[in-house]
Amino acid sequence: MSTLEIRDLQVAVEDKEILRGVNLTVQAGQTHAIMGPNGSGKSTLAYAIAGHPKYTVTGGQVLLDGVDLLELSVDERARAGLFLAMQYPVEVPGVSVSNFLRSAVTAVRGEAPKLREFAKDLKGGMDALSIDPAFAQRNLNEGFSGGEKKRHEILQMELLKPKIAVLDETDSGLDVDALRVVSEGINRFRASGDTGVLLITHYTRILRYVKPDFVHVFAAGRIVEQGGPELADKLEAEGYEQYTKASA
Amino acid sequence: MGLNEKPLSTLHEKASYDLADFDVPTGREEAWRFTPLARLKGLHNGKAEAAGHVRVDVEAAPEVTVETVGRDDARVGKSFMPADRVSAQAWNSFEKATVITVPREAVTSKPTVLTLTGTGDGAAYGHIVVKVEPMAEAVLVLDHKGSAVYADNIEFVVGDGASLRVVSLQDWDDDAVHVSSHHASLAKDATFRSFVVTFGGDLVRLSPSVTYTAPGGDADMSGVYFVDAGQHLEHRLLVDHSQPNCKSNVDYRGALQGDRAHAVWIGDVIIRVEAEGTDTYELNRNLILTDGARADSVPNLEILTGEVAGAGHASASGRLDDEHIFYLQARGIPYDEARRLVVRGFLGQLIEKIQIDEIRERVMNALEAELNTAESVAEAAEPVAETVR
Repeated sequence: MSTLEIRDLQVAVEDKEILRGVNLTVQAGQTHAIMGPNGSGKSTLAYAIAGHPKYTVTGGQVLLDGVDLLELSVDERARAGLFLAMQYPVEVPGVSVSNFLRSAVTAVRGEAPKLREFAKDLKGGMDALSIDPAFAQRNLNEGFSGGEKKRHEILQMELLKPKIAVLDETDSGLDVDALRVVSEGINRFRASGDTGVLLITHYTRILRYVKPDFVHVFAAGRIVEQGGPELADKLEAEGYEQYTKASA
Repeated sequence: MGLNEKPLSTLHEKASYDLADFDVPTGREEAWRFTPLARLKGLHNGKAEAAGHVRVDVEAAPEVTVETVGRDDARVGKSFMPADRVSAQAWNSFEKATVITVPREAVTSKPTVLTLTGTGDGAAYGHIVVKVEPMAEAVLVLDHKGSAVYADNIEFVVGDGASLRVVSLQDWDDDAVHVSSHHASLAKDATFRSFVVTFGGDLVRLSPSVTYTAPGGDADMSGVYFVDAGQHLEHRLLVDHSQPNCKSNVDYRGALQGDRAHAVWIGDVIIRVEAEGTDTYELNRNLILTDGARADSVPNLEILTGEVAGAGHASASGRLDDEHIFYLQARGIPYDEARRLVVRGFLGQLIEKIQIDEIRERVMNALEAELNTAESVAEAAEPVAETVR
């Protein structure tokens, strides 16, 4: 059983304090939703865990099965079993999707996958997410629509099979059909075994498709309220106003 | 300016066969300000005596004739005039020229490969004429290797409706100095495709130019270069649109690594008054992989007519994009491999345009070798990274 344990995490961007002591434990088999208003630090949490160079950790620990991820480089964290589905996946000119995916799978598994097996996995994954097979030959994220980029993020998650996946506003900018396809992908991943999901979202809409076990409300750089799925319904009805007022 | 006078271009107006018409460059001239003159070994000031040799071996397509001719041959020097001091020096100093003729309507069955091998024994001057007669199609490879101090002019004369594809590989030894002018002259509806690959040499200064003698010409000029520590690799392009309804496209990309690695790219495009309906675009991009490397990139677009179909240019030089590297690393790909993928992608997109499989593979392999040295440069700096962790 894998466990991601965030202990008193404090993060700054260019000397500005963004996260002010975050505590959260995600165990395999659980789905945690982090909800909160814009600017509350949700994305900062995701990128800081993954190791983006823009974010400076000023205190705390992030343990994955007891290993402090903050001591590892970005790629070592991914190989340790962490995955971050990005809100804005970047376009990388000249690097094809298939070449990228094969490099990533090779790195994470520690050995190159058998070509035939990989081709089969890739095709299956793309079919399940209704991704046009021609995408494999295209440059990474180049000219992809918002929805295509997000589906491609989920495809990577399903191929890389991380222990813990952090999904940063994967639902934003998706129409209902794309949201359903992406949610099915997340649910397949949840059902596939020993995995935990940290789902960061601004809206409750995706939670109708991906049922969380726990909901955390984020405001001003920390968790201000926690509960079960019913907390999402309350947020749906009442919005974030009470939290933004309280933290101001 | 009077109403009946045409505006003149300020770019590259001077041209002459007479060496005396060109002063010895001092380094202050616009055309020479980026070039380290001391490393030219006298090619620019008359001190490089023609004591050495660059051997020319030709493996020709069967449809093509190859001749070695003297200075007085009527076909030599007809399509161009030297536009700078070294080009004029080469013009006045060469003894034998190689003339390659692709006969009218011939379509060559294989590439014609010219291997130019420097023997490292002093300066040498050369001249090559490639004449593609009307409606003919040919593919040419220029493969420069060995050690040399070499200045030359190459004329590509592309006839009516003819097509010429050229790949020029500057694969010199580390100490080579090469100053070269490629002059392409395009007749009516002629097509010219040039692909320049410069990886070797201490100093390479290559000036590809295109002129049009009739409407309908189409020139596409690509280049890749990889500049290592101490190398000076300079590419100076000139497209002179003097005829209506011609096209040109320029795309040069380079990667630089190591101390005093220096790339220079100059992209001059003139659209003269007569050249209505011109469609032109030029692009240069540089990827600077380490500290201490420098890229100078100067596009100049001079438009003297109001009636163009399209005219644009872009130049961008920068570091590897942190966001690209982060994205790849976030998928478990180690830094070195991520960097390789990005650089290979950046240059590979252009290298894909080389249609000769064997040459394309050779260029990709040369790129891999450069990326391997890049890694050893990065590894040398590793202890610093370790202490940060």
